[in-house]
Amino acid sequence: MDFSFYFDLPLWIRTALQGIAVIAVLFPISAACSMAERKVAAWVQGRPGPNRAIVPWVAPIPFLGRFLQRLGVFQLMADGGKFVFKEDVIPGHVNKFYYYIAPLLALIPALTTVTVVPFGAYWDAAANTLKPLILADLDVGLLAVFAISSLGVYSIIIAGWASNSKFPFLGSVRASAQLISYELSMTLSVLPVFLWVNAPGGNGTLSLFDVVQTQSEPGFLGGMWYLFLMPLSAFIFLVALFAETNRQPFDMPESESDLVGGFHTEYGEFKWSLFFVAEYAHMLVGSGVFTLLFLGGWNPLPWVPLAPLIEGLPVWLGGVIGIGVFLGKVFVAIFFFMWVRWTLPRFRYDQVMKIGWQKLLPLSIANLIFYALAIALIETR
Amino acid sequence: MAVIPLERKPLTFAERTYLPQIAFGLKTTLRHLVTPKETLEYPEQRPEIPAGYRGVPTLVKDPNGREKCVSCQLCEFVCPPKAIRITPGEIAPDDPTAHVEKAPQEFEIDMLRCIYCGLCQEVCPEEAIWLQNQYTMSGYTRAEMVNNKERLYELGGTLPDDHFKWDKKKSAEEQGNAH
Amino acid sequence: MIQPAKPDLVTVNVDGKEIAVPKGTNVIEAARLVGVDVPHYCYHPKLSIVGNCRMCLIEMGMPAVDPATKQPVMDPATGKQKINWIPRPQIGCGTNASPGLHIRTNSPLVKDCREGVMEFLLINHPLDCPICDQAGECKLQEQATGYGRGYSRFIEQKNVKPKRTQLGPRVTLDDERCILCSRCIRFSKEIAKDDVLGFIDRGSYSTLTCFPGKQLENNYSLNTVDICPVGALTSTDFRFKMRVWFLKQTNSLDTETSVGANTVVWSREGAIYRITPRRNDEVNDTWMPDSGRIAFKQVAAPDRLKTSDALDVLIARAADLLKAGSVAVVGSGRSSVEEQFLTRKLAAAVKATVALVSRTGQGDNLLISADRNPNVRGALVTGLVATLPEAKLTALAAAIDAGQVKTVISVGEDLVAAGLTAAQLAKVSVIYLGTHANATSAAAKVVLPTLTVFEKSGSFVNQQFRIQKFSKAVPGLVGATDDLVVLSRLVAAAGGAAQPADLPGLWTLIAAEIPALAHAAHAKLPETGLLLDAAPWASLPFVEGETLHFKPAATAAVASSQ
Ligand code: SF4
Ligand code: SF4
Ligand code: SF4
Ligand code: FES
Repeated sequence: MDFSFYFDLPLWIRTALQGIAVIAVLFPISAACSMAERKVAAWVQGRPGPNRAIVPWVAPIPFLGRFLQRLGVFQLMADGGKFVFKEDVIPGHVNKFYYYIAPLLALIPALTTVTVVPFGAYWDAAANTLKPLILADLDVGLLAVFAISSLGVYSIIIAGWASNSKFPFLGSVRASAQLISYELSMTLSVLPVFLWVNAPGGNGTLSLFDVVQTQSEPGFLGGMWYLFLMPLSAFIFLVALFAETNRQPFDMPESESDLVGGFHTEYGEFKWSLFFVAEYAHMLVGSGVFTLLFLGGWNPLPWVPLAPLIEGLPVWLGGVIGIGVFLGKVFVAIFFFMWVRWTLPRFRYDQVMKIGWQKLLPLSIANLIFYALAIALIETR
Repeated sequence: MAVIPLERKPLTFAERTYLPQIAFGLKTTLRHLVTPKETLEYPEQRPEIPAGYRGVPTLVKDPNGREKCVSCQLCEFVCPPKAIRITPGEIAPDDPTAHVEKAPQEFEIDMLRCIYCGLCQEVCPEEAIWLQNQYTMSGYTRAEMVNNKERLYELGGTLPDDHFKWDKKKSAEEQGNAH
Repeated sequence: MIQPAKPDLVTVNVDGKEIAVPKGTNVIEAARLVGVDVPHYCYHPKLSIVGNCRMCLIEMGMPAVDPATKQPVMDPATGKQKINWIPRPQIGCGTNASPGLHIRTNSPLVKDCREGVMEFLLINHPLDCPICDQAGECKLQEQATGYGRGYSRFIEQKNVKPKRTQLGPRVTLDDERCILCSRCIRFSKEIAKDDVLGFIDRGSYSTLTCFPGKQLENNYSLNTVDICPVGALTSTDFRFKMRVWFLKQTNSLDTETSVGANTVVWSREGAIYRITPRRNDEVNDTWMPDSGRIAFKQVAAPDRLKTSDALDVLIARAADLLKAGSVAVVGSGRSSVEEQFLTRKLAAAVKATVALVSRTGQGDNLLISADRNPNVRGALVTGLVATLPEAKLTALAAAIDAGQVKTVISVGEDLVAAGLTAAQLAKVSVIYLGTHANATSAAAKVVLPTLTVFEKSGSFVNQQFRIQKFSKAVPGLVGATDDLVVLSRLVAAAGGAAQPADLPGLWTLIAAEIPALAHAAHAKLPETGLLLDAAPWASLPFVEGETLHFKPAATAAVASSQ
């Protein structure tokens, strides 16, 4: 298929279209994630979860209508409607400007990081090579993700400060401390991957697409996902990811049991739901990055790369398969997030700090040294 | 007070990493994820009402259709939250149950006040008020939550009677010990 | 019971406690003095003693005396005089105190007797408690709880007797419940002097009934309902209206005549259900007339006066009328002492003379006196008037005709009934304070709705010059104001000194200004009232004849015969 007509469009239209696409895809997925969260929570606790809401024109469909109702799909619409139509209550003591701007700020990094994450690949017959499906194929890839997603904490800090009350403030202070603590380990944990990807002498890259490509090579080591090659890195990255996305057991900024609602205590209705969307978007991007780095991206199975499978297929079908495989892995990762959330109790704040600085950081440094030495050994042989 | 110091075993290395416990916990939750649900889906599925359940207080009639309450107002007196309000009245002399003499003109139970204690049933000398199986009361206004006499009989229906005290009294009056 | 006038006291011993009682006191009263309750049904302190219920059985004994030597026989074990206990129980109501009498009310024999009597009484009792109006104040319930056996051994069929008999216009009889104590019969014969009740048939068939062709219809018939210890006699008016345990009791007075019978008003949540007599041995014993028992119906009468205007507006209107001067005040013998005091202040403030309207009727020598105003003597004591009231306001009528009066303030008196013509009323502006609509309220320029005796507190002075108090039983009608408030506002509107409108404040003032009432402050008044000195008014020709506890003074009789 020829996408050239798209690239012929003026840049601003393309940008706008891409932006709308991001919103149009990410919002529903985030919403679906929140629904899935409720369902998983319910199932783990032996409940059926939301299963009542239905829209009248679906109700008569014999089997499907009932199924969707039981699945709670329409609860999503009901909740969304509720958020939109709820009375907009603003506490009297807040700083209005920052209070309003915080949820919007939360969305910006969440939506921006998506652009640099490849979400699939297609076979470019002309170039006879696999091309990533990505909105902005930056060479700095992962660095961009790290850089932008870290900005998310600003919205939390601003929300906590603008709310002008104790609990939100505590929540936001915790959020920033936590972010700093785990950012280090996270970055250090992925360094071995890029040491391995960037063979000495070659062109240095931080592109996530290249990371996947190096997991799709022939041979035992080449086809192996980095999850198996560097399990400790994967583990540290995962733990740090939990902490970065403020998910249980690291959801210090919210921490309902000691901080009421944490940084969003004073928020309600649509503004609150924006925080929620941002959290799920973070989770989504985080899962995507994890998939790309350690789970072989769009490669269906270890040692089974995507490229040979879709080589002969129409371009669009190959792309869809690539996206499907990738999204499947992301959803598994997200399910894992939820599963953990409804299993583990929250750490104490001091434990969170301790784990971050005293356990995870030394571990990731040791990990880096180990792989640096190992890679040096292997490469110089 | 005796203090018994319990020695706390130091955590093993595996325990200190939390990982085995986390894995174990994940296993547990996964099991629950797939086991059948416990929830009773209320309006469609109803719990089985055990015998002696104390539901909404109702007024009952005896198998002959006679209203059993004689408006003695003992329930009104005993009701701890003062939910009951009775207007006593006289039974018309041409009524077939005129020999009972007294019946409530109006009988109201404010279900916003009722605490389902069952004292009214306990105190009733005529076995006329029963807390039966009905356990849901809802309405949009306060007035709707006040059960009047008509509604109380509708809810209560007819219950078997062991005594037929007033029927016996009537037959005694008609052919009994009079002289 | 121990009256200093009767010094012949005798010492009796009740359950080991010695007490000195007047000679002739029976055992029930003597035991009551030491706090021992002897259960009884047929005995009533104000009726003759018949001893037919047998509930009051007690054991009695006398100090032993040697028949030969007449010397006390001493008990060597205790060193006291030996007591010869009579081996059979005696009725307490019919046994009078005699020197050295010993009583046992708690011995096993007495307990057995009471259980036996209760069992007999309950054998044919219909156990109607759920539908019986007496439940809650029924002696049968009380004694069965206190002294009964607790379960029934009777499995045979119970007697059937007539239920729902109308003994008279106001009394309904349920014969099954009657325990044949004959209190009602004795009351009719001895107190009401209307001998219409009696028992027919024998044994367990005995039945209370009216004499053929007679009805229990005298004006005291409802007292039989009060004294009936069970629910046999019930008030047709109160029947099935409300259980007595819900009713709040408030002490009040019968205001229909100057006797001032003491009453209790029974109300629940602002509604009055019945009025019963309250014992006052100096005034009405334990009785009251039937006519006074329906007085509460006026509280919720449809013709009650009420207004939606604010009191300030009404008072301002009245003040406008008062400004014109030439005011006459018609006070009332039905106002309380406090109100009459304020009426006097009002009259002083507007510089008017006060007229009172008299109301008379036939006295019945019992609790209905000829003077149908409850508080004419209050008006005398407070100085509102100095002479007895007239039936017609002739002086006022003449003054109106002469054009000397522009405004008339009437405190609850219907001026038309008091002899003014409609034409005369039309000539003046009337300010009417009252509870119910009448010709005067219709003609009045300003109507100030006030409260009935059941909605306020105060005091009345009865024919014996006994000042007695009544208390507020139910909250005042919305749209009507306490008379005291209205009067004190009127005094202020007329330019007089500010008057307190509350009882304590008012009584400080009354006590200071009227020496005769210095010790009669409402708050301190005993429930049985306080006798005032009647001497200053002894020469006035009061209209009352003899009633239960009142004899007209000789001078008054002379004066009235002149
Ligand atoms: S329900 Fe029973 S207790 Fe209540 S008034 Fe009726 S008879 Fe009496
Ligand atoms: S159940 Fe208890 S609270 Fe309810 S009406 Fe009966 S006595 Fe009153
Ligand atoms: S009716 Fe009452 S007062 Fe009269 S005899 Fe019978 S029980 Fe006694
Ligand atoms: S009270 Fe003595 S016999 Fe009735």
